[in-house]
Amino acid sequence: MSTAAQKKGFGATLWEWLTTVDHKKLGILYFLGGGFFFVLGGIEALLIRIQLLVPNNDFVSAGLFNQLITMHGTTMIFLAAMPILFGFMNVIMPLQIGARDLAFPFLNSLGFWMFMLGGIFLNISWFTGQVPDAGWTSYTSLAITSEGHGMDYYAIGLQIAGGGTLMTGINFLVTIINMRAPGLTYMRMPLFTWTTLIASAMILFAFPPLTVGLFFLTFDRLFGGNFFDHEMGGNTIIWEHIFWIFGHPEVYILILPAFGIFSEIFPVFARKRLFGYTSMVFATVLIGFLGFMVWAHHMFTVGLGPTANAIFAVATMAIAVPTGVKIFNWLLTMWGGSIKITTPMLYAIGFIPSFVMGGVTGIMQGAAPLDYQLHDSYFIVAHFHYVIVGGVVLAVLAATHYWWPKMFGTMLHEGLGKVTFWFFFIGFHMTFLIQHWLGFWGMPRRVFTYMDGQGWNTANAISTAGAALMGIGVIVLVINAIMTTVKNERVGNDPWGDGRTLEWAIQSPPLFYNFPQTPLVRGLDTVWIEKQEGNESGITPAVPLQDIHMPNGSIIPLLMSLGLFIAGFGAMYRLEASWGLPVLVGGLAFTFLTMSIRSIKDDLGYYVTKEEIMNDLKREGGRK
Amino acid sequence: MMKGLKKWHFFSLLAALTVFLSGCGQKELSTLLPAGEVARDQFNLLLLSSGIMLFVILVVVIIYVIALARFRRSKLGEDYMPKQVEGSHTLELVWTVIPILLVLLLAVPTVYYTYKLGNVSAMGAVDDDGNAENLVVDVTAKLYWWEFEYPDLGIVTAQELVVPMDEKVYFNLAAADVKHSFWIPAVGGKLDNNVENVNKFYLIFEEDSKDLKDGVFYGKCAELCGPSHALMDFKVKTMPRAEFDNWVAAMQATEGNTADPASADQGEVLFEQSCIGCHAVSGVGQGPMGVNEAGAMGPNLTAFGDRNRVAGFMDHTEESIKEWIVDTQKHKPGNLMPSFDHYTDDELDAIATYLMGLTVEK
Repeated sequence: MSTAAQKKGFGATLWEWLTTVDHKKLGILYFLGGGFFFVLGGIEALLIRIQLLVPNNDFVSAGLFNQLITMHGTTMIFLAAMPILFGFMNVIMPLQIGARDLAFPFLNSLGFWMFMLGGIFLNISWFTGQVPDAGWTSYTSLAITSEGHGMDYYAIGLQIAGGGTLMTGINFLVTIINMRAPGLTYMRMPLFTWTTLIASAMILFAFPPLTVGLFFLTFDRLFGGNFFDHEMGGNTIIWEHIFWIFGHPEVYILILPAFGIFSEIFPVFARKRLFGYTSMVFATVLIGFLGFMVWAHHMFTVGLGPTANAIFAVATMAIAVPTGVKIFNWLLTMWGGSIKITTPMLYAIGFIPSFVMGGVTGIMQGAAPLDYQLHDSYFIVAHFHYVIVGGVVLAVLAATHYWWPKMFGTMLHEGLGKVTFWFFFIGFHMTFLIQHWLGFWGMPRRVFTYMDGQGWNTANAISTAGAALMGIGVIVLVINAIMTTVKNERVGNDPWGDGRTLEWAIQSPPLFYNFPQTPLVRGLDTVWIEKQEGNESGITPAVPLQDIHMPNGSIIPLLMSLGLFIAGFGAMYRLEASWGLPVLVGGLAFTFLTMSIRSIKDDLGYYVTKEEIMNDLKREGGRK
Repeated sequence: MMKGLKKWHFFSLLAALTVFLSGCGQKELSTLLPAGEVARDQFNLLLLSSGIMLFVILVVVIIYVIALARFRRSKLGEDYMPKQVEGSHTLELVWTVIPILLVLLLAVPTVYYTYKLGNVSAMGAVDDDGNAENLVVDVTAKLYWWEFEYPDLGIVTAQELVVPMDEKVYFNLAAADVKHSFWIPAVGGKLDNNVENVNKFYLIFEEDSKDLKDGVFYGKCAELCGPSHALMDFKVKTMPRAEFDNWVAAMQATEGNTADPASADQGEVLFEQSCIGCHAVSGVGQGPMGVNEAGAMGPNLTAFGDRNRVAGFMDHTEESIKEWIVDTQKHKPGNLMPSFDHYTDDELDAIATYLMGLTVEK
């Protein structure tokens, strides 16, 4: 594979990546796209912290600060955390269930390009100087009065990206339900696949409200709608409900796959089966369900009244129970095991105390009367960074080290990985622990500056210093990734030595059709079982060697997304530029045209013949 | 101060001491140094929940540390093969039931306080003569300042809330433009000023603000409302009921006050020409909440000389007033007051002096 790829010219390689429908390549594209936005959001975070380093600072202006916090939040949630997780789901989940691709490879590509072009659309706002500035939550009294096109970039950009997310979520759902290898019952599925399934189901129910809300916002801002204009009979509180009916499940959509990642890492590096697998699965399902029942805890101070507040307070606290079950199951997985502290395991170990702290502060805020004090103060900033950075980002970094060999066929340097961890981990706690107290001391969130003499100076300086350490950690990781890629030392199937799930029984990176023969799954941790029973390959094939049907690549997904991307600009400038309306119509027409081409043109894919597979296997055998 | 906190008193003191060691913030704006019953209820809930949560953290950390210390491959040997345990129903039941109990322990007081703090049924109560029994303040949040109206007393002020101590003060909250949130950290949690409805709650002020560093409690806007959200501060002056009654009487006595265009005071003349269209100098006024009645486009300046800040956050000096008038956007970007940069230094001095002279307390 790799030698064949090197022979291609730059143009051909580019074309291959633009048209690919291979889940592994799309996964890598998600990973790289998300990684780019992660760095961008990180730079925004550093600028925020520099501004808050000292009181009365004028490093950035008040308006620019609001743009930075809005874009930081939006970028990190929608364009960094989700896509990077989608990257891992894309690459790893089909391998874990013994599938050759997702159920709808074409749709997978469309999902990626919609995310990417939506993200680029949002960030083009930086070049026009009209940047979203009403916070990532975009509460509508402010969002509909915000001047310039900033909030339009937000509404349209997220609409495009969100559409992609919804599609891919459905794709994952169908894949897991329909394409599991023989013998892989639901209760034998690896936890990462389980959490992908539940997160995808949550996407299915959570993203439509966002879509609706963003349409309302777009219509209010660009087409004279009055959904949120209270003077015209609209209501701004409705937006808050819509946003959080999406927004609260969204944080579980992020954290469940993170739980899944750690549930893979603990057993491998403790060399011990996941403790309480069944209760882990049910806890995941329960968290997914309860995640839809608690959105109003973001709105305790809106004035919903004591009954609503009390109900949502108690429902929120209930989530502590399944989450607690998970924490103790991880602890007991380590207990009695044989723990090897590799870089991924280091992240997993760092995750437990960090996430527990983020979890308990969540319960504290679930106590509604106490939340009246903590809401919209720096305490909440500390809380959600503890769960999102301490949970999701640590998981993403862990998975980056853990699955890097499977994605790229090389190993990230362990020493540098640990350097990244320590910088990031210490910096993280330094940045956010003190912010709990800033909240107690009366500092509201989203303030571009603060007056001297309120007792907040030292704490803010410590926080900024911590952010710098996190920045160093990420830089070391980027250097590590580049060095590893340049060195290009290839690794075998299972470089960690104790792989338990199917992805570790095939090449790193896998052949483009993943499995020469569909595997037979004989239990939870099937590769581990096979190896314990003396089957060195870790796989028992379920079918004889036969021709494999594979999908063709296509440029159409990129073109479809491009049409929407162009139409977005038309919608924004419809009233103030003569080209606005034609571009809006033209963009949409182009998308419909590409959709019709896709519908009319038959594309039946192609077959990989038995001979080719035999040749691949021989070559792999020869390399060992 | 002594009412209704007997059982919490010792516990609070002890805990307050513990927290103090880790930093309690400043008395005029820290939630950890509650200066009223509402904030104290919330603080007690904070102590209870922190206690439960510290217990949870402790249990996790103990298991975690022992596991990490005992079960290392470097100690057990490279070839050690752990027993593949499936799980344990007993253990799993234990760590399901205990968290449920802990959550219940927290849920009961949570529900109790939610209803207690949400109870505004006494708000419209009147005595036999038809006078309101409780003080009600209408708070209208505007870009980026606060208007405080006392509907039953017929007076209105801005930027500095004046309230009596040791009684329930009820608030009607609304916003005139975009959403804001009304927060006095030391006295109680926040409630939002929405654009389409009036929110109601109460606070109890139990400490005299005279004893504080600046003589005021700090109030904050807690909801992002635009570029100058960070600068949308207000201050709270608390005083014994008798003093408050005097203040009310003094405010009511300003009825009909206006700037005289024929005054010998140049500042007053200039104020009459340029400022009074938006800023009233009479503290008497009433209007439906959230609606800008004539003369109330900007903050009411009747008691300006008594205040603690200029524009809500700048030092209370003539220098600040002049800087503010000349370039309002530089100091509070996005606010609605135009800048007046055509004045000479003498004229600015005169206006500043006139404004500083607007007082009801001296």
